[in-house]
Amino acid sequence: MRSWRTSCIRNKRRFFAVLALLAVVFFLLNLCLGAVYVPPGEIIQVLLGRMADTPQARIVLLARLPRACGCLLAGAALAASGAVIQGVLHNPLAAPNIIGVNAGAGLAAALWGALLPEAAGLAPLASFLGALAGAFLVLFIAERTGASKMTLVLAGVAVSSMFSAAIDGVVTFVPDALNGYSDFRVGGLANLSMARLLPAAWVILPALAVTLTLTGELDILTLGTEAARSLGLPAKGLRLVLLALAAAMAGGAVSFCGLLGFVGLIVPHIMRRLAGEESLPLLVSSALGGAALLAACDLLSRFLFAPYELPVGIVLSLGGGPFFIWLLLRQRGGRTHD
Amino acid sequence: MIELKHLEAGYPGRTVLEDVTLALRPGKVLALLGPNGCGKSTLLRTALGLLPRTGGEILFDGAPIESLSPRQIAQRAAYLPQSRAVPNITALRMVLHGRFPYLTYPRRYGKEDYAMARRALEWAGAAELEEEFLPALSGGQRQRVYLAMALAQDTEMILMDEPTAFLDVRRQLEVMATARRLASEGRGVVLVLHDLCLALRGADKAAVLSRGRLAAVGTPEEIYRSGVLDEAFGVTLRRFQTESGWQYYFGG
Repeated sequence: MRSWRTSCIRNKRRFFAVLALLAVVFFLLNLCLGAVYVPPGEIIQVLLGRMADTPQARIVLLARLPRACGCLLAGAALAASGAVIQGVLHNPLAAPNIIGVNAGAGLAAALWGALLPEAAGLAPLASFLGALAGAFLVLFIAERTGASKMTLVLAGVAVSSMFSAAIDGVVTFVPDALNGYSDFRVGGLANLSMARLLPAAWVILPALAVTLTLTGELDILTLGTEAARSLGLPAKGLRLVLLALAAAMAGGAVSFCGLLGFVGLIVPHIMRRLAGEESLPLLVSSALGGAALLAACDLLSRFLFAPYELPVGIVLSLGGGPFFIWLLLRQRGGRTHD
Repeated sequence: MIELKHLEAGYPGRTVLEDVTLALRPGKVLALLGPNGCGKSTLLRTALGLLPRTGGEILFDGAPIESLSPRQIAQRAAYLPQSRAVPNITALRMVLHGRFPYLTYPRRYGKEDYAMARRALEWAGAAELEEEFLPALSGGQRQRVYLAMALAQDTEMILMDEPTAFLDVRRQLEVMATARRLASEGRGVVLVLHDLCLALRGADKAAVLSRGRLAAVGTPEEIYRSGVLDEAFGVTLRRFQTESGWQYYFGG
């Protein structure tokens, strides 16, 4: 029991700084390392535009920078989305990949790629709408059946399976609907360009900013719908708003990194143990931690079997899975929640 | 003051409360009594607009409940439910959430809120738990924290659903003493209680619910003499005089 008190980090600012530093370090390593080593000094020169038209500039600006930015953006978006969804639904099992958000976004992206391949810039918007459809469908089913924690997860698994099957269907008929289909299924960041990343950033960053202003409300919502209403919070409306924001973050990420699910489940769990369950520190640490984790996994995915590259989703699940299981085993009997 | 007039409430296909007319007044401790499933919790939750009613009226200081926003209701009446979530946050943070109805956007707690929350923790006998995380507390300690949260809401009316559950005898008496102190400050306290002796000794008035209807409202003396408790619970309630007042017990 005592471990609960001590396991929570008291100095939150220092903790955030460490996470941010880790994210920056992995980001820089992603820029420096590869088939051609580009020293940090040159990276800075390239980023400042002082080495235009050199091979280093082309490598960094066209190949490594979009990918490194994509890691930070997708990691932060999926982890923050997971933290919001778990809080809003008061369900530790919920995450964007489990309650149909990612699969909904993936289906929308596949349909968009099949029907309107020339308007690729709007794909993140389509993904967001798909994610929203997935989240609200699961919420609707769970509410109609009594909103128990287990029903919600079961409904999510069912909706996810349906959407995944539909993605397979679309790709069967239109093989070019999704760029690098196998990468998309497990989640990957290869061949990412700034042109694909920017529209997603326009969906993710505003959603993240608005979510951070609603952490007071999210704190109250995690006490349960009735308790929230007895404290004067219009719980139902706010729940929909926060789910929509979570869907925007996850949908934006899925539009360029594919069905990268695990980060949205494990990072909020880890941060809940380290930073506690207050929403503001939880969201900030999840976003920073997700960004750092994905950047680290992407680095590994490029180097484990170099010159071959693994999709980052595989590294994330193979590395994150055992760590998560270890965490669960350590927690055994230590928690009286619910 | 909260007035319930001919209140009807329930769930689809099942009426729980029928024709309940009752005034919840400031400055008084009202004990809500009745056997399991008679609608006590439903009454509290409906009175606060947490459950929809199917008939009748609810007035807050004369204003119909429909004319008030959830925030305005929360500034007038606090609610301590039977069970609450146990988030991994400190007791102080939990109690601070009682100040939420007074926050404006972007909803950050200020110095006054902290002072109020600490005072409420002290009142509820939970000052030493301030920095403890809720999952690490015992059921009784948590109950005191939730009580502090309701006190921090600083409302004219406080509605508590079984506030003495999980508490030992001494803490139960303390809850009743807190209720009396709140009433002496001019606040109205409504308690759902299962301990008839505690209720009849400590409350100004008691309301007895039986099968969804209000069987009687009156002073403890009137309620005891009417025999309505015997009928509602199917027992024989007796009492004898002690130095500290009446003691109640059950006959066969």
